[in-house]
Formats: sequence, structure tokens, C-alpha cells
Amino acid sequence: MKQNESYEEFVKGIWRDNPVFAQVLGMCPMLAVTNSAINAIAMGMATMFVLVGSSFLVSTFRNVIPKQVRISCFIIIIATFVTIADYTLLALVPAVHKELGAFIPLIVANCLILGRQEAFASRYPTKLAVMDALGMACGFLVALFSLGAVREILGDGALFGVRLFGENFEPWIIMILPPGGFLTLGFILIAFGWWRGRKDAEVPRVRRWPHGVASRRAA
Amino acid sequence: MSGQLFWILISAMLVNNFTLHLFLGLCPFMGVSARVSTALRMGAANIFVLTITSVVASFLNAFILPYAPYLRLISFIVVIASLVQIVEMTIKKVSPALFRELGIYLPLITTNCAILGLAIFQTNRGYGLFEGLAFAIGAGLGLTLALVLMASIRERAELADVPALARGMGLVLIVAGSLSLAFMGFAGLGAP
Repeated sequence: MKQNESYEEFVKGIWRDNPVFAQVLGMCPMLAVTNSAINAIAMGMATMFVLVGSSFLVSTFRNVIPKQVRISCFIIIIATFVTIADYTLLALVPAVHKELGAFIPLIVANCLILGRQEAFASRYPTKLAVMDALGMACGFLVALFSLGAVREILGDGALFGVRLFGENFEPWIIMILPPGGFLTLGFILIAFGWWRGRKDAEVPRVRRWPHGVASRRAA
Repeated sequence: MSGQLFWILISAMLVNNFTLHLFLGLCPFMGVSARVSTALRMGAANIFVLTITSVVASFLNAFILPYAPYLRLISFIVVIASLVQIVEMTIKKVSPALFRELGIYLPLITTNCAILGLAIFQTNRGYGLFEGLAFAIGAGLGLTLALVLMASIRERAELADVPALARGMGLVLIVAGSLSLAFMGFAGLGAP
């Protein structure tokens, strides 16, 4: 029983509640670093480390952290893990660190991470919280990788730096430049929506905005 | 000197537009760009917070961080978030009308990536107080420009005959892609 429960928490993040395709969270780092598959994977791994680490800490101390200042506590915990990830990458793989540049510190501002602390880790026992974080991070990694792979194949004719096509391939440069990020994600989201709509055709899909409350108030 | 400041401003506003070129501050860009009037207010609040952030980051860089570089991230976040909170309370007290205009947006943008991104870029490029200010105002104007353009397009798109499948996020992203493509035309501008 216990086993099934944590398995369920793990699997939901990969497909059904995928943070990128289903919830459209964490877009800033995602679009900025996915111009090649290897950068996307490095970013995904760093995010996974931060998400799992901070979920573990937050969930362990969930009864100690006062309710009123919980958001600040979460942010400080997250920022600590991001600093660790930043310095670790700098020490182990300086080339990748240089490539990702300012976007490693910006993991702090990834709404996906703070969202999981608030919605899950601060309410459930440590084991479930870690499984949930692992699942969400895997879903994020899958999304980053698919975006990075599509952009690198179309824009550079290569995957992980290995040429896929012959001499006659004309690289679609725009795909590795910023507009390509927006366009690729847009088409992936439309395809995902179509895939889901086909499965549950009767149930109208609710659109979710990143800051739903604000947009409703604004309208 | 002033010429250089001008180019920093233009570069942050058009060439390296925060939203369309560096992908910073995408959450408000997607979430609050349904109406032009709200987009304008969001932009104004952004310029305000960015300017404060830039000043704070300059001071932290000059006086505190040389002694403890590993505290950079944590101190940026904590100091900026608390300062914006204080400013928000002050505005509420001093000018309730302005608070109603900007109020709900201030807390929303405190932890958005554009704010933190500004502080980090400013540090990485070694900008001083005045260069940082020009950078912040340019970035804020750029964000406002992108938000207003996006909101105007979305107001029109509501009346257009868009396929049901593409409505929502997909359409917004594809429009953003085209805008970003247009902004690439500014590349090369600004080399003094």
C-alpha cells in the first residue's frame, strides 16, 4: 500500500501533471537554456538536485517552520541549494557552467520549485515529498530534453554534437535563437493539448495560467 | 560617460530585451497580458521595482559581497523582497491612490526572475551605481514595451477566428515567438 502511494506520487509528475506541458511552470530557465540537448540536461539535473534537496528539508522541518514566515523560509532553503549547485557545477564542469551562465542562480526564481514546497512538501511526510519532487523533476527533465533535442536537431542538424544529416542539410538557424524557443514550446503545447483532448473529448479542459489569480483579477 | 549610459539603456530595452531575448519575467508576460491597461500598470510596477533592485544590488556589491561572495544569491533575494515589502507599506500609507494602481502587482513581481536576473547580470557585468540605474530603467521599459505589444495583440486575437486547439498558451507562445523574431531586427544596434 505504502509502496503504491509513493509510486503514484512519482509517476504523476512525469506525464499527467507534467510541470511544463500540463502546468506551464518554470518557463524562464526552460526556454533560455534549451538551445542544445546537453545544456538542457545539465539544467534539468541542477533543478532536480535543488528540488529534491529542498523538498526533503522542507518536509522534514514542516512542523517547525512557523506558518507566517514559511515562504521566506522556503526561499532561503532553495537559495542555499542553488548556491551549492552553482559552485558544484563551476568546480566539476566549468564549460557547461559558462554556457548556462546567469541561469543557474535563476533556478531560485523557478516557480515550479517554490510551488512544490508550498503545495506538497510542506504538507506531506518526507518520503512522499521526496518521491513527488523526484517525479516532478523527472517530468521537468523530460520536457527540457525534448525541447532541447528538437531545437538542436532542427537548428543545428545534430544531437549531442553528433551530425545526423548529410552535407546537404541547411540548418534552420532560427530554432537555436530565442524565437525558436517560443515557437517550439508553442507547437509542443498545442500537440500535447490535442493528445489530451483526444483522450477525454467530452471533458472541457480548464486552462491554467501561471498566475491564475492575477489574470482573473485583472480581467 | 552619458553616451555610454544611453547605450546601456537602449541595449537593455531593445537589443537584449529581457522578455523576448533573455526569457526573463515570462510569468507576468503570459499571465497579465490580456488587457492593455493592466499591462501598462504591470510595466510601471516593474520599472519601479527594477530601479530599487538596481540601487540595492549596487550597494550590496560595493559594501558587503566582497567579504562573502557565496552569500550573493541569498542576500539579493532576502534584501530585495523585504525592501519591496517596506516600499509597498510606505506607498499604502502615503498615497492610497497609487497603491490601488500598483498594489496587487508589487508582491507578484518581487520574486520574478526579471528582478533577480537584473541583479545578477548587473553584478556579472560589473556595472556601478549609474550604469546599473540605466540598465534597470532600460530593462523596465523593455518589459513594458513587450507587455503592451503582447496585450494589444491578444486583445485583437480574442475577436479573431483562431482554431480551438491553438487557443490559450499555444497561441500566446507562437505570438511571442513572432514578436521575438521582430525584435531580432534590433541586433547590431547600439555598438557605440
